[in-house]
Amino acid sequence: MQAAGFRGFSERVGRRVAGGVEDFGYATLLLAEGLFWIVLGRWWRQPVRLHSMVREMMEIGVLAIPVLSVLAFANGAMMAMQGIYTLRDFGAESQVISGLATAVTREFGVLITGIVVAARSGSAIAARIGTMQMSQEIDALRVMGVAPVRYLVSPILVALLVTMPVLTLMASAMAILGGGVICLLELHISLATYLDRVWAVLVPADIWQGLFKSLVFGVLVTLVATSNGFNASRGAEGLGRATTRSVVLCISAIVVADMIFTFFLIL
Amino acid sequence: MTTMTMTRAAGNDAVIEVENLVAFYGEHKVLDDVSLQVRKGEIMVIMGGSGSGKSTLLRYLLGLHRPVSGVVRLFGRDINRLSGRQWTGLRRKMGVAFQGGALFNSMSVGENVCMPLREHTRLDRKTMRIMSRMKLEVVNLAGYENLMPSQLSGGMLKRAALARALVMDPDLLFFDEPSAGLDPVVAADLDNLILRIRDAMQVSIVVVTHELDSAFKIADRITVLDKGRILMTGAADEVRNSDIPRIRNLLTRTHEEQPVDADDYLRRLTGSTD
Repeated sequence: MQAAGFRGFSERVGRRVAGGVEDFGYATLLLAEGLFWIVLGRWWRQPVRLHSMVREMMEIGVLAIPVLSVLAFANGAMMAMQGIYTLRDFGAESQVISGLATAVTREFGVLITGIVVAARSGSAIAARIGTMQMSQEIDALRVMGVAPVRYLVSPILVALLVTMPVLTLMASAMAILGGGVICLLELHISLATYLDRVWAVLVPADIWQGLFKSLVFGVLVTLVATSNGFNASRGAEGLGRATTRSVVLCISAIVVADMIFTFFLIL
Repeated sequence: MTTMTMTRAAGNDAVIEVENLVAFYGEHKVLDDVSLQVRKGEIMVIMGGSGSGKSTLLRYLLGLHRPVSGVVRLFGRDINRLSGRQWTGLRRKMGVAFQGGALFNSMSVGENVCMPLREHTRLDRKTMRIMSRMKLEVVNLAGYENLMPSQLSGGMLKRAALARALVMDPDLLFFDEPSAGLDPVVAADLDNLILRIRDAMQVSIVVVTHELDSAFKIADRITVLDKGRILMTGAADEVRNSDIPRIRNLLTRTHEEQPVDADDYLRRLTGSTD
């Protein structure tokens, strides 16, 4: 009985691992094909259309600005409050600025951007492609001689690669501003002085680190969301599961990838 | 009509040839040694109940699956030996109307119909719009080009899908279940439309359906598929008068009683293997 239970368990683990490897392979192929169409599509007479890229940029990037601004601002303010509280014991409250500036540009600006984009677009993209899969629209594309990856994945990939860095810069700026407001209220440091200090602390590498990560996150969101859409099983339940899975996996992938990159970039 | 029959009899002008196609879905054999020819200018109806393998066969004919065993030739070319570009070229000669229409939900009807033109030609917008209107006129949907697919009824969706399938003036048209889910009057309308299109455009048409009335009305030839095998291929009358028992069952809609082995039945219920 126990042996059978163990066998069942190990079989499930094995299947999960095999499934994970399969998903990874699928996503890698998707990335390769997506990039192929972006680079060689025009030559292949299947260009990635400008208007669909612009539409995705609007949808994924521009429309995320309001919520991202609020969240980034709040995040910066919270970090400043916690920092001031912790540093007060040492009488070093004003040191909060240097900690905040580097942490936000290297880490939290890009992380919150990734999470907001994953939550907004990770589900929307998976739902859209999953619905198209079910209503045979993907088949319709293929029989028209339109490569589905070129039509659906490449524009999203371009849009994320363009908008993620911009959104990250904006989120970092908003978070720093949020911290500045708290410093003004709590420590009575004027915004101008605050920004001078921030500017003095930051080095270009901090900003590059955030931007580099934002590109990686953009690729992750594209691949996880589109592959979940393409592989959605039939029916409303399958679609629901695919969108949920997409969001959860997008955010997990972002946080884990962030940790790995931080490990290699800092240590 | 006589000239048409003559050219058809004249010979090897098949637009689709399938030879000994075998297909599996997992362990389950869905197509078993299927061979089939569709000739130029004819309406071939592939008929069968659900689970007969007709949808799978259609996916092979459309090149959505590549045959592992057997050969599928479109316009005389083995689809397993086509490069990506040759495929694209071939697909410009094929139009497909899917069962639920499969119109792109984010685009208007007019944009849907224009889509193949936009992808495959370099016509200017105005010409494309005129061409799409012409095709919408053919399927009696003139004036609907600005509506979204979600605003159309089931029959209109199928007709719009037909317009999109026709817009490149294909040599080969596929129609999946034209009458499924429609009331008899609308379904009969669609049948007439299919006949009219064949006569006006000289296009070869493959229709997949389970509806008997519609099949006999439009078909030049019918292929009856059952459990993955072809029971017979022949002119509509030949099929109607066939004395093959399975076909008679299909035509008279009687269910075939299978003898039940009591032991086997018990074994299946209890799931025991001894």
